[in-house]
Amino acid sequence: MSDDNKETAGSTGPREDDGRRERVIGTPSPAREKALLAEDNISAPAGVGEQLDEASAKRAERVVASFFLLAFLASVVFIAYFIGWSGRDGGMHGVWDAREVNFWLGGTMALAFLSMAIGVTIWVRRLMTSKPIVQERHELAADEETRAAFNRDFLEGAEDSGITKRPLLRRTLLLAAAPLGLAPLVLLRDLGPLPEKKLRHTFWGDAVKRAQAEGKRGVRLVVDGTNKPLKVSDFATPGSMITVLPEGMEEHLPEDQVLTQVAKAVTILINVPSGEFKPAKGRGNWHVNGIVAYSKVCTHVGCPAALYEQTTHHILCPCHQSTFDATDAAKVVFGPAARPLPQLPLSVEDGYIIATSDYHEPVGPSFWERG
Amino acid sequence: MSEATAPKAVEAPLTFLDDRLGSTTFFKRNMKKVFPDHWSFMLGEIALYSFIILLLTGVFLTLWFRPSMGEVVYDGSYVPLKGVKMSEAYASTLHISFDIRGGLLMRQIHHWAALLFMASILAHMLRVFFTGAYRKPRELNWLIGIGMFTLGMLEGLAGYSLPDDLLSGTGLRITQGVAEGIPVVGTYIYMFLFGGEFPGQDIVPRLYMVHILLIPALLLGLVTAHMMIMWVQKHTAMPVKNQSEKQVYGYPFYPVFMAKTGAYFLFTFGVLALFGAFAQINPIWLFGPYDPGAISSASQPDWYMGVLEGSLRIMPGWEINAWGHTLSLSVLIPAALPLGIVFGGAAAWPWVEAWVTGDKRHHHVNTRPRNAPVRTATGIAAVTFYGLLWLAGANDVLADKFHVSLFATTWFFRVTFFVGPVIAFIVTKRICLGLQRKDADIVGHGVESGVILMSPDGKFSERHEPARDEEKHVILSKENARLQPPDRDANGIPAPGSKGPIGHLRSRLNRAWTYDDIPVEEHEDGHEEIESGRTSREIKH
Amino acid sequence: MKRITAWRRRPWAGYAVVLAALAAIGVIYAGFSPQTDRAEAQGTAQAAEDLKHGQELFNKNCASCHGLNAEGTKDAEGNAIAPSLIGVGAASVDFQVSTGRMPASNPGAQIPRKPPIPAFNTSIKTDFEEKEKREAAEKQKAQAEKNLADLRAYISSLGGGPEVPPASAVDPSKGDAALGGKLFRTNCAQCHNFTGQGGALTGGKYAPALSGDDVTPTQMYEAMLTGPQAMPVFNDTTLRPEDKQAIIAYLVQTREEPNPGGNGLGRIGPVSEGLVAWVVGVGLMIMAAMWITAKKPKKLKKS
Repeated sequence: MSDDNKETAGSTGPREDDGRRERVIGTPSPAREKALLAEDNISAPAGVGEQLDEASAKRAERVVASFFLLAFLASVVFIAYFIGWSGRDGGMHGVWDAREVNFWLGGTMALAFLSMAIGVTIWVRRLMTSKPIVQERHELAADEETRAAFNRDFLEGAEDSGITKRPLLRRTLLLAAAPLGLAPLVLLRDLGPLPEKKLRHTFWGDAVKRAQAEGKRGVRLVVDGTNKPLKVSDFATPGSMITVLPEGMEEHLPEDQVLTQVAKAVTILINVPSGEFKPAKGRGNWHVNGIVAYSKVCTHVGCPAALYEQTTHHILCPCHQSTFDATDAAKVVFGPAARPLPQLPLSVEDGYIIATSDYHEPVGPSFWERG
Repeated sequence: MSEATAPKAVEAPLTFLDDRLGSTTFFKRNMKKVFPDHWSFMLGEIALYSFIILLLTGVFLTLWFRPSMGEVVYDGSYVPLKGVKMSEAYASTLHISFDIRGGLLMRQIHHWAALLFMASILAHMLRVFFTGAYRKPRELNWLIGIGMFTLGMLEGLAGYSLPDDLLSGTGLRITQGVAEGIPVVGTYIYMFLFGGEFPGQDIVPRLYMVHILLIPALLLGLVTAHMMIMWVQKHTAMPVKNQSEKQVYGYPFYPVFMAKTGAYFLFTFGVLALFGAFAQINPIWLFGPYDPGAISSASQPDWYMGVLEGSLRIMPGWEINAWGHTLSLSVLIPAALPLGIVFGGAAAWPWVEAWVTGDKRHHHVNTRPRNAPVRTATGIAAVTFYGLLWLAGANDVLADKFHVSLFATTWFFRVTFFVGPVIAFIVTKRICLGLQRKDADIVGHGVESGVILMSPDGKFSERHEPARDEEKHVILSKENARLQPPDRDANGIPAPGSKGPIGHLRSRLNRAWTYDDIPVEEHEDGHEEIESGRTSREIKH
Repeated sequence: MKRITAWRRRPWAGYAVVLAALAAIGVIYAGFSPQTDRAEAQGTAQAAEDLKHGQELFNKNCASCHGLNAEGTKDAEGNAIAPSLIGVGAASVDFQVSTGRMPASNPGAQIPRKPPIPAFNTSIKTDFEEKEKREAAEKQKAQAEKNLADLRAYISSLGGGPEVPPASAVDPSKGDAALGGKLFRTNCAQCHNFTGQGGALTGGKYAPALSGDDVTPTQMYEAMLTGPQAMPVFNDTTLRPEDKQAIIAYLVQTREEPNPGGNGLGRIGPVSEGLVAWVVGVGLMIMAAMWITAKKPKKLKKS
């Protein structure tokens, strides 16, 4: 923003009455001592100003002035609104207040800036009298003499430093410098733990172990959000779908690990009409009359594969449209996923749907060591 | 008007600085620096001023934002989320939006400015490409620009992930999934980035540091270098009258250009404030806090990440499993290939073009896009490639709004991924050549005047008038392609570098660059006079 | 002809051609895209016993697709044309008919919501000024409500099934919107979008938007309960009535809530935001740049 000096509120000094212009309040007094411009020994082109038609220039000046005044008023309203209105009734709280404040503050701000912008633009176009000028494009590269001189000095300096004549110096310097770059990188090792076997287990495994230690066969499935355990009879309507988690996550995990374990354990439970369900080999006892559970973590890049189309029995991930067939071990039917969703072995205990073990393969996206 | 001394309030500080820094010499030399005028030269300024606005609004936001993933129970004034467990980052963002006056405005201006920053860089980059302004001596600035766009993408990703809402958290999940798939080191990168398993507690504070310290510092450095290089080299000019390789013509920096650029800053701020006031963006309270079990349809990242999203969607599910290891092609190819082609190709382009054309001269005057058909066509092909992938990232929205089958959109983009850029190249080249022909016609035969004349023997013809000087100058700025000098010297010895497969490739590419060039030059035979039915020239405006 | 020849030289000629081409494409597309369904006016009220009345309504409006005994119909290859209605329950009937989806006119990828046929249209306008009109409308509405009730009762009598929820169960003001938001985002938003703006499914199917006022709380409950078409079923033992009420409260509160930041831009997130940033944002800035760098008006100069 070009803050023109004429706008500064300078001191109102004595009036000039040596024949020059009257001073108006707000314009600073001209300096009396040395001239501002340096001697013209550099070829900066001189531009003689255009002559303006005074009548239309005066009109333009009034237009610009009114835009600047509008900007001034908008800023004043911004401040006045903030101080006088936005704090009423205990201040801004909630959606309706936020909306009002946003409109007023934003609207006045926009008005102030845009008015100033328009004012300056009209000023440039109608009131600035500079004429276009020409400037030479000099060669960027140094001339021959300078280059030669530089080369000379450079080589002389290298000789003087001794680096050219003393190879031992050179080589040991490089040796010293090399690990300096590597050493700090080593400090980054503690950014995080090593992966080890973490990606191969989920909380289902821990929960099942704990349940089996208590003499049960497995851990109950609970509805994510209500923590309500599900009976087989609760979930008996064909075409049902719900998101489930292992029971007891919040009780048995420290608070800062709950979401991390949910990210691997989250599971989609589906009731496939038993006539249409085709259990995979070796998984005959992983389902309960067509009630089947798959990992909700998409095997592509990990979004929740959450859409379920009851009519086509397709599980669709909304991120990149990987599609899995719920009747057939969630094998991939379309999209960028390369692996089917892992299936959770289910059973029944006391009428409740339980999981009898962890997933038999890592959930989520593929990784190098997955195998 | 032209007094010899300036007012005291101006003169005193200037003298103060001059005594200590020798600044008046600098000012004197540069006050009248010429900046040539063209609207498209201002696109880069949008980026510059948006960046400043991002810094200003960003500082405001840092005063209240809490970059912590520690869980709190929300007790603020947004009623539908009262009592909900969420991270401090999310809760503080809600606080800024609903309890800090002007907070929502600053958040919105900040986010709109980020979108505008990236959009204007791209628009500016396209302008530079299509006018050939990346050629010597400006290759460095071109590279700096590509670097800034890449940094901007990372900065935006880090920034919109800070509130830890459902939409951006899903983006982080995808980032994690892609990182995990990198061969050999993927799982380590994943664990090191997140400080453990996803989502963990560390990613938001780490991204905060990247977003407010690391990348802004890099950007500030790069933008300063970018401006300084442009200052020293002087801006390029369009091939109009008064502009040449030896001189630049335009208004002086002081006072005209300063005022114009100042006005543009005010416009940028004003437009962004307008958006912040009247167009809602990133309503995180509607998305809810991040929950790895939840997701919404139409989950897309901000537009500048759209290309990656589209690539991930259209890639088929290919994976190689061998010897106990998995190579996730379905993830790695989309992550690396398309942007690798576009940015890598763009970065290499100045040198590739110089190698193909053999043009090692300095260029300060821009070329009209039509006069470099292969360059323009390649650029449009790249834009098509980028644009199709970007649209592919929104394929579910397209399927929903236009009632087309979802899988059909995926197949459409899979096919046009390959076919689109080729068609775009061919069509664009044809258009450029057609425009060249039109130019040659205007220079050779003048402009149609709309006046029909009948000759004595009853034949009708349209009178053509010579083009105006300005127009002719622009048209004749074209450098007609000349044959490359023979690559054998007088004794029949082939020039170094012209033999072998690379050398042959180069000569073939060189021929392809120039073979269908249409010469645009003034004729000496004066058949304009014959066409016009006059014997003397009249210049009409 | 001369006018066209002269006009083609004008600076705006190129833009006019582009606009004309766009308009032509729009008209052709509209011509090719499937027609919106038009319901046929059928059904007359008959004074008879309710179930018999319901059966008659069924025979008139539904049996042609669903079979005379509501057993469903299949085509020659054994693919279902219309499913069996035995056991679907009153809730299904209420949902499908009050949203106008049934009777369907065109079986396509998905049956869209449309105004219910007059016989079952319980949301007609009744607040007319003229007494006659108002009374006629109220009578029609009452008749439609009876028709719907009779139809429900008939289908229910064939095989039971989920019942229509009572008003207390769907009252949005009684639900826990925070819990509803969590449940919605976990089980519903993947199809219907964060705030219920709708979304694409495969093969031309879609999850409809829930943000319009015509989607009533009762219909929301019934949809969850019965799982229409591709939508999964959320019975009352999986998502209990209070859970469903929470979801309804969340949806209604969210759609009635204003957008504090300004225009909602469709509430679908970065796609529309990016479009606006490019088209409006960059567009406005380019216009400003063109103004700033335009040649100065000549008339300023002193003549």
